[in-house]
Order: sequence, then structure tokens, then C-alpha cells
Amino acid sequence: MSEWWTYRLDSFLMFSPRTYARLLEQANADLWPLQPLAVALGLAALALAWRARSPLQQRLVWLLLAAAWLWVAWAFLHQRFMAINWAAGHVAWVFGAQGLALAWLGGVRGRLGWRKPGGFDTDRPVQATPVPDVARALGALLVLTSLLAWPWLGRLSGGTWSQAQSFAVMPDPTALATLGFLLLAPRPPWWLFVVPVLACALGGALAWVLRTPLAWLAPALAAGALVCAWSCRQGPSAAAMP
Amino acid sequence: MTLPTHTPPRRRLLQRALALAGAAVLPAQAQGQAGETAPPTRAIPRSGEALPLVGLGSWITFNVGNDAAAREACADVMQAFFGAGGRLIDSSPMYGSSQSVIGHGLRRGDALARVFAADKVWVSPASRGPAQMEASRGLWGVPRFDLLQVHNLLAWQGHLPVLLETKAAGRVRYVGITTSEGRRHDEMEQIMRSQPLDFVQLTYSLRDRRAEQRLLPLAQERGIAVIANRPFEQGSLLRQLQGHPLPTWAGEWQCTSWAQLALKFVIAHPAVTCAIPATTRVDHVRENLGTARGPLPDAAMRRRAAAHVEGLA
Repeated sequence: MSEWWTYRLDSFLMFSPRTYARLLEQANADLWPLQPLAVALGLAALALAWRARSPLQQRLVWLLLAAAWLWVAWAFLHQRFMAINWAAGHVAWVFGAQGLALAWLGGVRGRLGWRKPGGFDTDRPVQATPVPDVARALGALLVLTSLLAWPWLGRLSGGTWSQAQSFAVMPDPTALATLGFLLLAPRPPWWLFVVPVLACALGGALAWVLRTPLAWLAPALAAGALVCAWSCRQGPSAAAMP
Repeated sequence: MTLPTHTPPRRRLLQRALALAGAAVLPAQAQGQAGETAPPTRAIPRSGEALPLVGLGSWITFNVGNDAAAREACADVMQAFFGAGGRLIDSSPMYGSSQSVIGHGLRRGDALARVFAADKVWVSPASRGPAQMEASRGLWGVPRFDLLQVHNLLAWQGHLPVLLETKAAGRVRYVGITTSEGRRHDEMEQIMRSQPLDFVQLTYSLRDRRAEQRLLPLAQERGIAVIANRPFEQGSLLRQLQGHPLPTWAGEWQCTSWAQLALKFVIAHPAVTCAIPATTRVDHVRENLGTARGPLPDAAMRRRAAAHVEGLA
């Protein structure tokens, strides 16, 4: 792309705000009542992650998250958004890859287990680093924000309920929830943060060119999660633990 | 009514004869569905074929995906466009679902024979071009495109020879290249000087007049038709002007709105063959076609208009 410096962000917007709003409305109508069901499952997953009991329950949490990413990749990005934005087809592949990575590492290998309160995960003695309380609190807060508050953002921004964006249906709240769950996990691989953070950045950029209020929120929350995760990784290593 | 282009006199006479012969063979194409007077046209320099001064763009406006109601609304716009005497519709694979929406509108309005189908090839490497062009043709539903253009000069070195071969084989009537928003004018100029182009598409508006410096004069010199995109700069020009009163001299051009003044400015340039404003509104598409009728500003009046708008910035 020559003369790239002459392009603005809105140069890449190939649909109108009205068309995007109608896309959200139709997607929500087609997929109802998945939205409240997904929120309920997300809250249940948060409870399991917070209590950090059996390894099986922890694997189920990551499998649920993986399913959310795979579903968003297929049902929203590929089946709907790609009709007005050919780039969504490529993003769908990336979302699918993230889902598979979460399923493999967390669901199959059990490498993303949470620390049990008062002790370490005996399935993974090498991952003895405790999760700082601040990370657990921020992670839980981020999950709750994405599950419960995010659908309200559209209403607060002057939109309608029919355009609400929900976890496991739309990309932004799914990415934010995943960042929250990753903050709850002890030292997850850093590369699992990449796709959710980029998704939030893309979502924020789209909201900005569509002149949506609070377009900065998803990127800001993602950046905060990243800073928190990085800070936690600077904490005491496994070798230093008794 | 065909407006003069800057071509040698004998060639112009031959082109006019061809245009008249074409009009005699296809009288239905010169008359709107409602029996309206045919809109003013300008001859394509290469062939003398008359083309209405105002066409229809499809960037963003026709990219409505699978929204059935929106697709029908776009078909309504197309129906009004053809009813007002319009012919040229421009699209591209880059425009999302616009091509399929156009195809829907053409089938619904039974306008496959009336349309001047202008599309683009937008893929790299160029070896993928023929497959993309064929896919585009399928989405439009036309037997062949009237004009195929290399979109934003992407892989033009590979695409242009293929397009010229396609034209020689009779599978497309005209060949061109495009750019927008003033980009790559140097490269456009080089290609215009060295390649047998029928059309170039570029941005030209009341506020963005960079094409006046070299490309428009060169197009006249080389006998290349010009399609002017973004005459309203995707609405930003009109939003800037809306807060200012229309100058009194706009009445000399029979303009009652900034949109009419801005569009007349573009189509009045003798090098411009067709301008392609995009719209989602039936009333706007009729107004755009209607704008071409009546007096057009001469060079002095156009300079005055440009200076006036510059003073508003």
C-alpha cells in the first residue's frame, strides 16, 4: 500500500454506521436467547475459576471460553460480519485459533489451572507462583464487566437493546472476559493475551470510526489487563517459593 | 445532448456520427422510463459512445450485506437511477457486498441491458485477476462488463495486459485504471502516457482539484475518458458547506443547493466524462441526474466557485 501515510482510519471503513447497527440487530435477533444463556454460563465459569477447586472444573472453564471464541468466529465474524467486511473472514481464523489454543492448553492439557485457596495446584507443582490478590480482583472485575455491564454500554451510548453486544456472541466482550480469566490464572503463556488485546484494539478502532461513545473503553481495559499481567509476572518466581 | 470533448475535429465528427447511429438503433436507451428527457451526455473519446454525465457509485452505500430490506432500498435507488436516464454504475470487489446488491437491483429492475457496467479488478498477484473478474461478473449477472479498471493500481503491470487481451477478445468493451483522494498521480500519469487506456477514474471535487494540474489535461490530450469519483467527498464536502449560504451567483447555474453546485462544478470540466456520486436515497439520485440538466459553468465561473469554497475553509 503505497502512500500509506495519506490513509486515515476511516479510509478502511467500508460500511455505514447504519449498516453495522442493523447487522448487530439482526445477529441478536437470530441468536436469541443465546445472550442470557452465555452470560449465565460465564458467571458460573467465574465462580468455578474464583473457587479454584477440582482440575476438571478448571478445564471446563477453559473449554467454555474456547467454545465462546469458536462460536464468535463462526456465527458472527464469518456468517454475518464478513458479508459487509471481507477482513472479518481473516479475523475469524484468528479467533478460531485462539479458541483452539485455549481448548488445548486449558481444557486438554490442564496447563492453565487456577491456584487453590490456601495451597498450590498439585496437578502442576512447577506452576507454584501464586496469583496476586490484585490480579484476581481485577480479573474478576473484568469478567463481570464484560458479562454484565458491556451489554448496557450500547444503551448508555444512545443505542438500542437490539444492538447490545454480549459475551460469546460478539467479539469485544468475549475478548475482555478472556483477559479477565487469564488474569485469574497463574502465569498463563504471554501469547494468549495477544489476540484478546488486539481484538479489543480493533473493536475500539471500529467504534471510533463509527463515532460510538466510549470507543476508548475496550482498548483501555485491555491495556490495563496487560499492565496487570506484566506486573504480576515480575513477582517472585517459582524457584523462590517454599 | 452530447457535450463537446477536446478531440480533433474530424474524429469528433466521426464520433458524433457513431453516437447518432447508436441512438437511432437503440432509441429506448435515450429515454427514461417515465418518458423524461434523456440526461445530458458526453462522448467516450475512444469510441464516441454517449454516456450520461452522472453515474452511480457504490462504495459503502450498497455494501449492506444480507439485510433484505436494505437490499431492496438499494434496488429502489437503482430503479430511480435508470428511470432518470442513468447508465453507468461503478463497483469493485473491495466494496464488500455491493456487487451482489447491484446484481439484485439489476435483476429486479430488469436493467441488465440498460446498465453500463463498470467494475474493477483488485487482487494480487495478477494471476488471480481472471478468476476474480469472472466472480464479479457472476455477482452482477451481466454477460460482460462494459468497463474493467485496475483498482488503485494494484498489480497493474500484470492486470493491464490481461485486460487489454480481454478487450481484444471482445469480453470487455473498455479498459481503465483508478485512483482516489489524490494518491499516486505520478504513477497514473506515467501509465496514461504509455498505455492504451480508455478510461481513468480519479477523485475530483470542488475542494479536491489536484487532478486539474496534470491528469485531466493529459486525459484530454490522450483521448482518455475520465470518471470522477467522490464528487461530494463521501459527504464531508457538503457537511462543511452546509453551514454557509449558497452564493447568489449559483442561481446562474440553476443551483438551489450546495450538492447541485458541487456536482455541476465537476461535470462542467470538459475532461470529465462522468461523475459517480454514491447515495442511498431515491430523491438524491434523482436530484443528481437532474443536476446535469441546465447550464453548466464555464472555466471562469468554475474558478470563481473554487476560490469561493477555498475562502470558506
